[in-house]
Amino acid sequence: MSFAVTTNPSARPSIAIEFRSVVKRYGQGPVIVDDFSLSAARGDFIALIGPSGCGKSTLLKLVAGLSPVTRGELIFSTASSSPLLTTAPSSTSASSRDDLAYVFQEPTLLPWLSVAQNVALPLDLRNTPATQRTQLVRDALALVGLTTHADYYPRQLSGGQKMRVSIARALVLSPQILLLDEPFGALDEMTRDHLNEELLAIRERLRWTAFFVTHSVAEAVFLANRIIIMSANPGRLHREIRVELPYPRTPATRRDPAYHQLVDEVSQLLRSVEDHSTV
Amino acid sequence: MPRQKIFSVLLPALAGALFIAIWHFIRVSLSEDFRFLLPSPTEVISAFREHGDELWRATLNTTTGATLGFLGAVTISFTLSLLLSLSPLVRVTFYPYLMLLQMTPIIVFAPILVLWVGPGLKSVTIITFLICFFPLAVNTTQGLVSTDRNLVELFRLYRATKFQEILRLRIPAALPYFFTGLRIAATLAPIGALVGDYTAGSSAGDGGGLGFQTIIYSSQAKYPALFATAAACCALGFIFVAGVLSLSWLTLHKWHDSYERADT
Repeated sequence: MSFAVTTNPSARPSIAIEFRSVVKRYGQGPVIVDDFSLSAARGDFIALIGPSGCGKSTLLKLVAGLSPVTRGELIFSTASSSPLLTTAPSSTSASSRDDLAYVFQEPTLLPWLSVAQNVALPLDLRNTPATQRTQLVRDALALVGLTTHADYYPRQLSGGQKMRVSIARALVLSPQILLLDEPFGALDEMTRDHLNEELLAIRERLRWTAFFVTHSVAEAVFLANRIIIMSANPGRLHREIRVELPYPRTPATRRDPAYHQLVDEVSQLLRSVEDHSTV
Repeated sequence: MPRQKIFSVLLPALAGALFIAIWHFIRVSLSEDFRFLLPSPTEVISAFREHGDELWRATLNTTTGATLGFLGAVTISFTLSLLLSLSPLVRVTFYPYLMLLQMTPIIVFAPILVLWVGPGLKSVTIITFLICFFPLAVNTTQGLVSTDRNLVELFRLYRATKFQEILRLRIPAALPYFFTGLRIAATLAPIGALVGDYTAGSSAGDGGGLGFQTIIYSSQAKYPALFATAAACCALGFIFVAGVLSLSWLTLHKWHDSYERADT
């Protein structure tokens, strides 16, 4: 198995990413993210939830380096033992983001490539040798249960299957950090629940640090160990809720009274935030 | 053969037979004095026999001009589109002139061209090139600049080089647009070569093309031969369009929505 994970033997969870008073605005426009501080430990599954315009997706773009930080610092730790690596405002450090993958809101597949070729894309762009590539693609497709669909084209797949391909493509580089921008928002509830369970099952094996943007409270509680509730205009960290439900979580988790209690709690917090935001 | 296939051969054949029947009927209903206006199908066939050699040679000449102009337009428009898509500055600077090129009336331009390069294949090729160029350049440029924003971000995220982005994302994404331009250009190329030959053709050297033959036959009042020339032009156009449609199918049918079968 090429997705082997090197676990840090130290007892104290090491930090994967740290936001220090991060501010983001585009040009002279309004402040999108204001004074955002958060430190994510290795293996954290952090759900970002909040009203639209609270800058959840912007935070992911900052982490991905698709957009520079205006003020403050975004700090990555490179390897398990090495010291933290700082990214100063508007500079992107190449090495810090090598172990990072992004799953977009849309499946974002190349329609002219087969499923296997789509999954291989990140490897191709890095000129990974063909023999290694074949094995990695096969492993990634096995993780999302699409081994039999390797030669299909995206248009032949359902919405859920396309999203699975998108996830396989993100996993093929064995990322340390996984950014998911509302990946299941367009899917029906059954498919969404199912993919949530699959995502957690994969996490049991690969242990990335995840940031997951969502609008669904139930999804956030089911997946995350930490839920960040954001307020809008400008986007700020409003509250953090720790989800103490034990992993591995299964469909049975959804029947747990503690689960429902958390869903209620987060929903109420979210409602109070939304009341404030819509003035 | 499956039913569907039989119908797709049988129905057009029936329509063709009906067309020839009506043609024949109109002819026999004309009075003797006016029958020269509409030669019978058999007269057209015998015109083919009588003028076979010169028609064949003219068709080959026009095909050469059409093919060279078409291929030249494809190559140069593609290169130009790439440049236009890479730099908004270049786009702003040259786009108006691209439009201007399309407005150039070929009929006016042809005599100037003859003056510059002389009549014959060179002029015909350049006229075909000019007619094909615009739809190709416009569509390809449009395709190259309308790449899905998310896909571009995906490539940036995986730190693709600019070269990888163009080769593996922008060009494949532009292919459906390119083929739209190519289909238009394929219908225009034979017409362009014909018009070019009509206005700037020459009997010197290669003996001229179908446009030049048109002038000769009409001045000699050889109406059956004119009909035969028209048939040759149709055949040429058909080959061009069929070729491009096949190429388009080969390239796109596996993944592009426009080729999705209703039953899948």
